[in-house]
This record gives sequence, C-alpha cells and structure tokens, in this order.
Amino acid sequence: MFDFREYLRMEMFPHMLCPGCGHGIVLGALLRAIHSLKLTKDEIVVVSGIGCSSRLAGYVDFNTLHTTHGRPLAFATGIKLARPELTVIVITGDGDGLSIGGNHLIHAARRNVGLTCLLLNNQIYGMTGGQFAPTTQIGRVSTTSPKGQYETPFDSCKLAEAAGASFVARGITYEPSALEKLIVAAIENKGFSFLEVASDCPEFFGRFNKLGNPADQILMQKQNVVDVEAAAALPAERLRGKMLTGILHHEPRPEYGAVYAESVA
Amino acid sequence: MGAATKTVQLLQGNAACARAALAAGCRFYAGYPISPSSEIAEVMARLLPPAGGKFIQMEDEIASLGAVIGASLAGVKGMTATSGPGFSLMQEHIGYACYAEVPCVIVNVMRGGPSTGLPTLPAQGDVMQARWGTHGDHPAIALCPSTPAEVYELTVLAFNLSERLRTPVILLMDEVVAHMYEKVDMRRLANLPVENRARPTCEPGKHAAFTPGADGVPVMAPFGDGYRYHVTGLAHDDRGYPTQDPKLVAATNRRLQEKTVRNREGLMRYELLDTEDAEVIVFAYGIVAAAARRAVREARKQGIRAGLFRPITLWPFPGEELAAACAGASRVIVAEMNLGQMSGEVQRVIGRSKDVESCLKADGEAISPEEILLAIEGKEVRHV
Ligand code: SF4
Repeated sequence: MFDFREYLRMEMFPHMLCPGCGHGIVLGALLRAIHSLKLTKDEIVVVSGIGCSSRLAGYVDFNTLHTTHGRPLAFATGIKLARPELTVIVITGDGDGLSIGGNHLIHAARRNVGLTCLLLNNQIYGMTGGQFAPTTQIGRVSTTSPKGQYETPFDSCKLAEAAGASFVARGITYEPSALEKLIVAAIENKGFSFLEVASDCPEFFGRFNKLGNPADQILMQKQNVVDVEAAAALPAERLRGKMLTGILHHEPRPEYGAVYAESVA
Repeated sequence: MGAATKTVQLLQGNAACARAALAAGCRFYAGYPISPSSEIAEVMARLLPPAGGKFIQMEDEIASLGAVIGASLAGVKGMTATSGPGFSLMQEHIGYACYAEVPCVIVNVMRGGPSTGLPTLPAQGDVMQARWGTHGDHPAIALCPSTPAEVYELTVLAFNLSERLRTPVILLMDEVVAHMYEKVDMRRLANLPVENRARPTCEPGKHAAFTPGADGVPVMAPFGDGYRYHVTGLAHDDRGYPTQDPKLVAATNRRLQEKTVRNREGLMRYELLDTEDAEVIVFAYGIVAAAARRAVREARKQGIRAGLFRPITLWPFPGEELAAACAGASRVIVAEMNLGQMSGEVQRVIGRSKDVESCLKADGEAISPEEILLAIEGKEVRHV
C-alpha cells in the first residue's frame, strides 16, 4: 500500500508552497512512481537547484541535495559518476533548468548521463516574485513583462531531444496518474531522461494573468495540450498552438558511465 | 617501468599536483580547460581510469566544481583545477562547499589579471580572491607552494585538511611554479600520511548530519550508505533543514569560521630563513620566495642582517607567527606579484609602529632577486 508519509519528512511540515501550487501534485506523482518501482529510499538521491520547485527536495526522505541556482545537473553528474548504482533524480524549474542552468541541461543530455530530470514548468519565477521565465508564452504578464511577454519561449522538450537526451516526455498536473507512468518510464530509461511537467503558479502567474482559481488553471493545461499518440491522427489545424504530451522521444543508447568505462579501459 | 617507481623524478609543478592528488586518494576530477592549469586535467585524464577513478571534462568551471562537490558527497575525494577567470566562476560553489561542509580541493594556477589578462604569464593577484572571493563570511584555507616538490606535498596536505575539516581547500600556485620542472626525491613524498574523513559509526537514523564533534566538525555520511539526510546552501540546523533562527544561524556561521582557527595544528605552515637576528624581514610566497631567498643571502654577504618569512599557508593568515618573527626587525618588506594584496594584511599584523615597504610587480614578469635586493638595500622602495 502506498502511504506518502513513508516518503516524506513529516518534521519539515508545514511546507512553504502556496495554496493551489501545482508542484505538490508533481511530488505526489514522483513518490507514487518511486513506490511502484520498488526502489528503496537509501538508493535514491534527489538533487535540486533554486526556486519553488527545487524546495521539494527538502521534504522527501531520500538522500537530498538542494544546490545552487541552475546547477543541480552538474552536482548530480558528480554523484552519478561516483556512485553509479544510485538512482539520481533532479528536480528543477523553468528558470533554474533552462535559463541559468540551460548549459548544464544540454550537456547532461548530450552525455546521456543516467539522470532523470523533472523540469517543473510554470512559466514564471515564483520564488523571486513573478518575473518572466524562458518558457513564458508570448503575451503573458509578469512583473518584468508588465505589458506582456515579448521574447520567444523555449520548447524544452525539443531542446532536450536535439541535445541528445535518450528519453523525452511531457506531462501535466491535470493528469497525475499519466504523469506517474511517465516518471516510471523516465527512471527506467538508463540514460538521460528529460520530463517537462506543466505546473501552475496561482500566486503570480495565475493572478497576474487573471486565470481564475487553481482548479481553472490546472484545467487550462488540459485544454492546451494534445496527447502525442492522438496527435498523429489529427489534422494540423487542431494542433496549432498546442503542446504535445506523453513520451515524445525514446531512443535508448549507452549510458555515459558505460561509455566511459569502455572508452578508457 | 612507470615513472611512479623511480626514486628521483623530473617533475613539473602541474604534474606533481595531479600525481599527489592521486596519492592522496583523489578518485574524481572534473574540470574545464584553461591555461596555465591544463596539464593537471591532462594528467588526471590519463591516471584516474587505471586507478579506478573518474575524469570528466565539464561544460564550464561552475559545473566542474558542482560535479566535484556531488562526487564528494557520494564519498569520493574530488578535485578541480583552474586559473583566474575560471576561479572567479567557481566562487559560488566554493561558498556552497564551505556552508554545506563538503571536502574538496580547488587548484588555482594564478595568471595575470584582471579579466582575461595575461593567460600564460605569472601573477599572484588571486590571493585576496582566495580569501574573500565568495560572498558572505566563510572559512578559507589556501596553501601556496614555491617548488614542484612542495606542490606535491601541499596537494596531499590540501586533501588531508579538506577531509579533516570538511571544507574546501585552495591550492594557489603561480604560473612559474606550475610550469617549473625540478628533480624531486620521491622517497619522502611517496610516504606522506593520507587522511580520510570520519564516517558515522552509529545506526542510520541516529546520525545528526550537522552536529559538530569536539573539533567543531560534523561526521560526514556519504550519500547511499543509509544515512539519509538533507544538504542545502541555505542556512540550516543540525539536521540540515533550512532555518532562519538567528541563534542557530549565528552558531553555525561562527563554528565554520572557527573550524580552521581551532584546528591550527598541521594547518599553519610557514618557513623562516635567518629571521632570528634580522633587521630587515622580507615577506614573500610562491615563486617570489625563491627570489627573496637569493636576495636575503646576497644581503647577508653584504653585511645586511636580512631574513625571510615565507607563508606556506596563506589563509588562515599566519599572523601570530609573522608578528613574532618581525618583533625584533626594524623593517618589513612585502614582495609579491600584485599591487599589494598581502601588504595590507602584513601591515595589520605588525601594527603601526613600522611601515610595511613593498616590492611589487603586476606586469606578467616574475620579481627578480636583484629587485628584492634593491628593496632590502633601501634603494628602490615603494610604500603601500
Ligand atoms: S510562488 Fe507560485 S510556484 Fe512558488 S509556491 Fe507559490 S504558487 Fe507555487
């Protein structure tokens, strides 16, 4: 039986996330995925950077490392090389993983280091008060784009795939059980797995953009996406402006540690 | 027959550093190419795999130190090497390693700065950055060798101190020492003691991750050994959990500062040459100390009672030792390849009774014995 309390540091509660924040849903899916994979708590390392999503690392009863802004993948790479038998999961955000940490993302993907990277994308810097992020959609209001965002956002999944990630997927907090399955598949892939999860920030992104209550914002995610398998049968105009969800790319190739061992032998 | 088995070897400073790291138990190296430190990475790339270690060339210096800290948390001794610009990039992670108390060794082969400066020419312009480069109050240990043999010895010491005190240790070389070749007798160096961090002996669940021992240093559990705990760069309590409690924050910040001061044994290294009766004392470190040694000998021949104080440990600053050595001297000259970074520190220690004189150079050239001799003779003296 899954009991989330078994995986949480209850002494750390109450947590610091705002009411309605989507990050808790992602954490729930992650813990269920770990439970279903029957991984022990000792063999899991959760590494995070800086930002609201990165604070999740502190609440889970694993080996946890809350690092510097943008750099969790670098720390995680060192851990994985030092102890390849450990399951290393990185939790990062859109700013942490794609802006200040963008360079580390593409290189971890290129090397195919055996890490699972969960990038929680809420299109905003929540921790610092609601500035635009590299994933903020055109027109969205933030404290630093008061008249609407004007910079073109990243599609992080395309970026990760192009950089060489052997597994790329996208999930949404509207569908926690599908998300759980994606996390399982991501951890099972031996190389670098990248999983973007659309999350919501009612405190800033939702409020600034008048998106209604947190439930409305989660529902909106559903309206903005199409499942990758369903998309294959849909005409192009039905896909315009939509993000694809599900496993977008899975092309297993030897994990960095294995390649290294062979090439330096 | 590998070079490692010969008793006398011709060793370059950078190569000595890499070999000593291996001897000290380093099994992880992450780095980014930069002159004039690149040989360290090159030697590590060759020597680590056969020793069962891992080498990785990272995407930048920030990632390099991040990976080293990660490996160290997983129980493997790690090192990175860089030069000025890369050292600047590493500063945030040096602070992280100080606060999260993660042992690691950072080698900075100093080149001319600021900025890209003089990429292949020597300088000593990073001594203050080694002390205060990262933000906030933090402990700092920096060791400064002046010969390849000493590079070897101090690299081992850097690992030992880092393991003992759970703190990053910086090895500051100048470009001349890094690229200098010297015949080194390996017999003594090969048998230097190697220290390893203490590991918890209690049951998992009973281990308080950041509760200090009598020496002010908490016992460190590697990730994956059953002692699950939290590590953060936020101010934290003894469990590693974030806190803003002023009492807890103050206690940790103080403890970290005092960790180095309380454990001075084996940490404060310096060399004295002819200081007992000296009326003029030259303070010099790194390659400048080699020039100063010649100048002091020359001055003695001329009947000037000169002496040399060579700090080997630059940080923490060997203030008490310096003050004692200078007590009887009427003049103190600081010779360094920068615009007087250590001169201020020396002045602070010896007090206002005498003005520190300077023999400074920051143009990409090493200071010569003749220049120091002129300063000793009082012929060419620039005051700070
Ligand atoms: S600021 Fe936004 S992202 Fe951060 S906890 Fe609050 S709702 Fe969540």
